[in-house]
Amino acid sequence: MPSTGNGTQASILPDGGHRRLPPGAIFKEAGLTAVVSLALLVPFVGFKIANRGGEQFLETRLPEVLIAAGLVFLGRIFLILVREGSLALPVAGGAVISVIGLFAPIPSAFIQAVAFTAGLVIIVRAAFMVFAARRRSSTGREFGSGFADGYRKALPWLASALIVFAVILPLMPFGERRTIDIAILVLTYIMLGWGLNIVVGLAGLLDLGYVAFYAVGAYSYALLASYFDFSFWVCLPLAGLFAGFFGIILGFPVLRLRGDYLAIVTLGFGEMIRVILLNWVSLTKGPDGVSGIPRPSFFGLEFKRYPAEGTESFHQFFGLDYSSLHRVVFLYYLILILALITNFFTRRIRTLPIGRAWEALREDEIACRSLGINPRNTKLSAFAIGAMFGGFAGAFFATRQGFVSPESFTFLESAIILAIVVLGGMGSQMGVVIAAVVLIGLPEYIRDLQEYRMLAFGAGMVLIMSWRPRGLLSQRDPTISLARAEGKTS
Amino acid sequence: MEYFLQQLINGLTLGAIYGLIAIGYTMVYGIIGMINFAHGEIYMIGAFISLISIMLLESLAGGSVIVALFVVLIVAMILTSLYGWALERIAYRPLRSSPRLAALISAIGMSIALGNYIQLTQGARNKTLQPIVQGNLELMKRDDGFTVVLSYMQIGIIVTTIVLMAAFSLMIAKTSLGRAQRACEQDRTMASLLGVNVDRTISLTFVMGAALAAVAGFLVVLYYGVIDFYIGFLAGIKAFTAAVLGGIGSIPGAMLGGLLIGLIEAFWSGYFSIEYKDVAAFAILVLVLIFRPTGLLGRPEVEKV
Repeated sequence: MPSTGNGTQASILPDGGHRRLPPGAIFKEAGLTAVVSLALLVPFVGFKIANRGGEQFLETRLPEVLIAAGLVFLGRIFLILVREGSLALPVAGGAVISVIGLFAPIPSAFIQAVAFTAGLVIIVRAAFMVFAARRRSSTGREFGSGFADGYRKALPWLASALIVFAVILPLMPFGERRTIDIAILVLTYIMLGWGLNIVVGLAGLLDLGYVAFYAVGAYSYALLASYFDFSFWVCLPLAGLFAGFFGIILGFPVLRLRGDYLAIVTLGFGEMIRVILLNWVSLTKGPDGVSGIPRPSFFGLEFKRYPAEGTESFHQFFGLDYSSLHRVVFLYYLILILALITNFFTRRIRTLPIGRAWEALREDEIACRSLGINPRNTKLSAFAIGAMFGGFAGAFFATRQGFVSPESFTFLESAIILAIVVLGGMGSQMGVVIAAVVLIGLPEYIRDLQEYRMLAFGAGMVLIMSWRPRGLLSQRDPTISLARAEGKTS
Repeated sequence: MEYFLQQLINGLTLGAIYGLIAIGYTMVYGIIGMINFAHGEIYMIGAFISLISIMLLESLAGGSVIVALFVVLIVAMILTSLYGWALERIAYRPLRSSPRLAALISAIGMSIALGNYIQLTQGARNKTLQPIVQGNLELMKRDDGFTVVLSYMQIGIIVTTIVLMAAFSLMIAKTSLGRAQRACEQDRTMASLLGVNVDRTISLTFVMGAALAAVAGFLVVLYYGVIDFYIGFLAGIKAFTAAVLGGIGSIPGAMLGGLLIGLIEAFWSGYFSIEYKDVAAFAILVLVLIFRPTGLLGRPEVEKV
């Protein structure tokens, strides 16, 4: 049925019609889901292996399983109703469930969380149906294409606005310590994401061990500073160099591998670096980590209340009162500049022959080879440059924390960085920013859900991927196209 | 010599467990070409379900140990399979026609979510189990008193694995389900045109992989007696390494890779250093892949333009 897309009675269904499933079928489908979820929940929510006084026994929590399964049943009915095109009842139901989840005196936090998110999911789903329908009826096109055009036009403005916002953030009234701390964290991940974007997004090499370069950068600064007293500004380029060198070392053996073989080898490489850091106790102090890493100085001015004899500290030089915030703000601007350099570098290199070679390699390796592009050098340069930015970020991480240990460089970090790149949309610089804010910034801000943070994080990755498999903003067009083709698109 | 034999026995036991998990990776890869990153978590879930049902049966008491363990095994296999099935429905089916990286991210997300689900519901502490199958055979004795021991549990693990793998290979080779799986592996569109229910076949592949992982989890609970919510990650990586080493997509390859990884680990920790056993496993993987980029038994991919 073609989309009519006119009139006030426009349906929210893609085919424009109204469907009605008989209630029996709805109940059957929802019942089936409830039974399955009951079976899934019973072993873990229903029973808990509890420890008390050194003894281990089983705790039963069967009522919670029943409540949860009931919630699944209700939620499923509402979702089916949304799918079938009715809105009012599911939205109201979702809202009620959410409110119950927030305020009702249910004994278990787990059920509360389930109820709250279930309600939210229903409402969001309904909202998307409406949104998509409105798009369709106003433009007559599929959801997304109009958005992409608008986005492309707005991108330069959006980017400039974001940069201005980032620059004035510490001066804003809400720019308090906590916000800046979170902003530093988000910016670190943005920088890592942009670095990995070179390898994954541009060159199309799936790297599951990016955290290794982050670790190499962090440890090179930590060790150089503690063994040789090198300052941050000397170490920063060195850390990048070391990491880039490791990128080449890793690159060599994996040149012939593709796709998933490459993924597992890079993953193994990341784990190897971590295990070596953990066990080479004489150099890295093993699991205790390296502490007392010096903080960076502002052109030789330290951020200390009482500077060492004969030196001046930042607040004295500028005639300010001492505040611990100075260093935080300085670190914030430091990572902002580092991240922007990464971004600028990437955007420029994309238009150079080497950047175009990466994009070509991503699309078709055989074609590349037959056109005279050397895949070895191209891949190695992508690995090395991506790794270099990881190393810079690592040095920043070390100086910000003042402490590094192998704990910070687990596979989970690699997965998070990769998730930022893929969720943002491979190759899209702005996508990385949005994904980092959503994945890192939001969970940090909502500290109440601390316990459920990683659960929500994982579930969020699944949901976003099934909603937009190409990432939030996908950009796979070549950076430069022939003049004729360009004339056609713009 | 005696020491070598002992490490060989330990390595084979470990390798058998890795092999069981690796089959799940390799089958899923073979049929949909995606790394099922959450498979390690499925194995961990199998271990937890086994432990919980053992404790439940203990509190109910009664019956012979062998029968009880068999019941536990069946329960664990069924419930874990259900998790495997749900995993496929939630994280993979919506993404089947999407870029492969999307499915990979979705799988990593599922793996994080499942790990945290168990941590939240069961707590982060180690869970222990008193040894149920005890006793061993003394195979050899050295003059200084070092004895080569083959425990009944190790026999159980190796025998279970051999039986399962034989049954499994038979199923792939002879039954109609196995035929459908091989057909989907070769060409999904063609298979569906010829009347193979592709969705069902893929679901069953996940179910079978999860059932084998549940067996591995069950054996690990009995063998080591200690589990926590984190075991899935390392075992998953090792088993995946095993699958890649053997040549991903090839089922005999997964068994071979599992055994090799187990043996490498056992010998490395026996003769060199126990801290670097993971490094050794990965280093061998890298070496093998340099010379045989598609693994030991993998078919070389023919590149088409």
